[in-house]
Amino acid sequence: MIGFSHVSVRYRGNRLRALDDVSIDAPDGALTAVVGPNGSGKSTLVRALVGQVPLEYGTITADGLTVQDDVRGVLARRVAVVTQREEPAFPLGVRDYVALGRYPHLGLWRAQARDDADAIASAVERTEIQQYMDRTITELSGGEWQRVRLARALAQGGRTLVLDEPTTFLDVGHEMAVFELLGRLAADGMSVLLVSHQLNLVARFAHRMVLLHRGRVVGEGTPADVMQASILESLYEWPLVVARDPAVGAPALIPLRSRPRS
Amino acid sequence: MTPLRWTLLVVALVIVAIAGVMLGTMRLPPAEVLSGLLGRGTPMEIAVVRTLRLPRVVLAALVGAGLGASGAALQGATRNGLAEPYLLGVSGGAAVGAVIAVALSAPPVVVPIAGFAGALAAIALTLVVARAAGGRGDARIVLMAGVVVGAFANAAIMVALANAQDNVVRGALWWMMGSVSDASWPQIRIAVVYIALGIMVLLALARAIDVLALGEDTAAGLGVRVVRVSFAVYVAAALLAAGTVAAAGLVGFIGLLVPHLVRMAGARTHRPIITASALAGATLVVAADLIARTARPPAELPLGAVTAIIGVPFFLARLRRLA
Repeated sequence: MIGFSHVSVRYRGNRLRALDDVSIDAPDGALTAVVGPNGSGKSTLVRALVGQVPLEYGTITADGLTVQDDVRGVLARRVAVVTQREEPAFPLGVRDYVALGRYPHLGLWRAQARDDADAIASAVERTEIQQYMDRTITELSGGEWQRVRLARALAQGGRTLVLDEPTTFLDVGHEMAVFELLGRLAADGMSVLLVSHQLNLVARFAHRMVLLHRGRVVGEGTPADVMQASILESLYEWPLVVARDPAVGAPALIPLRSRPRS
Repeated sequence: MTPLRWTLLVVALVIVAIAGVMLGTMRLPPAEVLSGLLGRGTPMEIAVVRTLRLPRVVLAALVGAGLGASGAALQGATRNGLAEPYLLGVSGGAAVGAVIAVALSAPPVVVPIAGFAGALAAIALTLVVARAAGGRGDARIVLMAGVVVGAFANAAIMVALANAQDNVVRGALWWMMGSVSDASWPQIRIAVVYIALGIMVLLALARAIDVLALGEDTAAGLGVRVVRVSFAVYVAAALLAAGTVAAAGLVGFIGLLVPHLVRMAGARTHRPIITASALAGATLVVAADLIARTARPPAELPLGAVTAIIGVPFFLARLRRLA
């Protein structure tokens, strides 16, 4: 599990905070989703977690461990992070890439042992990427690449998975496959924290949603609590209605055309 | 890389090394090379083999190995296929340090130490410039800052030479174009310390460089201390620059070219990439030095010019494929 407690982040030279007193808990066995408009601070949350932006105030904890620079190695064994974008500079074999998920366990010199091979095999099986193992990562399609990245994260072997927009550039089928997989991981007891702007999908899969706006938490609860037209309309500055998904009954956001005259 | 390719790589190095000892103004057949090595030939053969050609081949191989390994690691750590010690200004910094030491008539042992200090200063300056430009974490900005620092280092040497005597200028220019013609065993003993140490540090860091090549955020998520590992790579690159520049001056293109060749040959992770780049770099510099001294006898071509001439067509071909 992972928890953000009163986290504030300010980028250098900015007057406003990118994150302002944000507290979010992502418990085990649940898919927690952070949603919000562009620039609401969603990605900063992830960058703060991996230590790429310093915290001004607050703490981040993973399984009771306070996140700071000298525990990066331990943290990587508990929490796997799939960042928004990852553009490999050089071609790498898919097999080698997924194996890098074991870096937190192996360090610079240790050779792969039985448990490393097992973790990799299970990650490969869960993400169903067996058929890509002998390719290089530059030869994968967008959907294949995202699944391979997920496999690398699962190979890390932690109980917590943090993902930033894992389905950008994916078509409906691949997007659903990723969400189904995240749902299964949460059902298996993992803590899944998902940053996304796919509100409708999130509303179907997430147990809890946290709504961020300008670096602040402006709403949280079940998808039904958060998916309120009155709140979302002012947040996204666009007219919209929230209907019931006819197939599954989950709240579904439908943006309307053009701004009402005011 | 397949075992066959590794074997070819080693065989190629052995062949150019043997050719490097055999060929020259005085051509020696293999049998005489062997007897010269063992000290059984004529005094002339022994002298040519033991004190002229063999040191030259060994030093060229060391320099090439250092340049290749350094380029491979820098490209991985900065995620940029254009990174190499020469372009990043590391070699330029080492050159300034070495030139100052030589100008102050420091003993040979001090020259690479001054070069190391110069290389570290160049790296520090590069990072400061990149940071001032707002992109410490952005590999492209770091690279551009390095180009600026390298150009500044070259200019500094030129200015320093402006008042020097003609023979000093000639010597310095020759050295700035790269050369292993002054190779000697004492010099090799010094160079090997820096180059072996630098390559060992890079090989130790290879797996972290693999992770770093995925991008800083991903690397941080995998537990890599990004700043610390990058810094260690730069220090190792400074060691290699000090060793290679003090021994052979500025030899461009090897650090740039070799890692590309090695990746084309199928090396994917950095332990094999760095190892193969060291081997291929050694082979190329020994071959380039052989060309430099046999192409237009009795004149010698500058080693850096030969490596550039080898490198240019390769990059044109790469460019065409990219376009």
